[in-house]
Amino acid sequence: MADLQFELVTPEKQLRSESVHMVVVPGVEGDFGVMAGHAPFMTTLKDGSLEIYKTAGGEPERVMVSGGFAEVGDKGLTVLAEKAEG
Amino acid sequence: MASLKDLKLRINSVKSTQKITKAMKMVAAAKLRRATERAEAGRPYAQRLADVVSSLAGRITVGPQSPKLIAGTGKDDTHLIVVVTADKGLAGAFSSNIVKAAKAKADALIAEGKDVHFYIVGRKSKPILNRFFPGKVIGQHDTMGIKNPAYSDAQAIADDIVDRFNAGRFDVAHLAYAEFKTTLSQVPMVDQIIPVVPAEVEDTGAAAAAVEYEPDEEAILADLLPKNVAIQIYRAQLENQAGFYGSQMTAMDNATRNAGDMINRLSIQYNRQRQAAITTELVEIISGAEAL
Repeated sequence: MADLQFELVTPEKQLRSESVHMVVVPGVEGDFGVMAGHAPFMTTLKDGSLEIYKTAGGEPERVMVSGGFAEVGDKGLTVLAEKAEG
Repeated sequence: MASLKDLKLRINSVKSTQKITKAMKMVAAAKLRRATERAEAGRPYAQRLADVVSSLAGRITVGPQSPKLIAGTGKDDTHLIVVVTADKGLAGAFSSNIVKAAKAKADALIAEGKDVHFYIVGRKSKPILNRFFPGKVIGQHDTMGIKNPAYSDAQAIADDIVDRFNAGRFDVAHLAYAEFKTTLSQVPMVDQIIPVVPAEVEDTGAAAAAVEYEPDEEAILADLLPKNVAIQIYRAQLENQAGFYGSQMTAMDNATRNAGDMINRLSIQYNRQRQAAITTELVEIISGAEAL
């Protein structure tokens, strides 16, 4: 299965732009996982950690994010966070 | 005619000025590179946010219950111009160009019978605006001592402005800054930031219509609009920062060159006078010897 194109952008800079297997995003109404081919979706974020799974079954990499929103479209997942570190 | 000693002093003073302007030019060049990088790094976020806001704005029907930041207050009597300039000078006409653009906008609005107020970010615009529009500067954000604009500063400014907007102090806000095109050209811009300019209605195809929103569009929009104001201001600050150093570099380059020209001119004058003095002395010695 094709990988998910994932972008993490903060006002200061673009932190990530890479192909990953799955990302778990802390949405304001609950965490959700995004893999390639996810339906178009948009939500605001709550403070929490993004879990980035580079490969299936691998250890996730955590990035703390706060404020902002996530958008899933044809091009993949874009997380616009006000602050991100990790 | 200045004496030889005076000329020598002047040459030395111009030389030391030239040293300073040369150093400033190099510092500006180094800072310019970093500021440009930051301005470019900030663009994707601003771009994405603008896309999302305009596509959301095109989606909801603007009614009285819509967020005021998009629907406006229903009037456009009072305008606020947020003027973002530099804190320091020695950068050519950088800040005064921005102020000039803001003033042109203000004059146009006043001619239409609107009331115009100013909110200033950066020190340089204050004296000019106070002179032309006394008492109209209602707010100021001090950016002295801040080396690199941070998003949190922009957020504080945006909060201040949005609060004033919600309190009904103004109906429309504009943002005046200089867009960084190249080192040599910064284009002063005046953009409307509140209410959000209605985006051209995009062709929302079937794919876009299927987007799910969580919570609903209105709630997301209410969350995003203040952020949009902050990010616009942040972008303006970044563009300004890059433009400022670009402008300073050019100005200092010119100053260095002018100082060089001046040194050449003064040196020629100095040498002429020195030769004239030698010639006079020789003439005196020879005519003295002949008299013997």
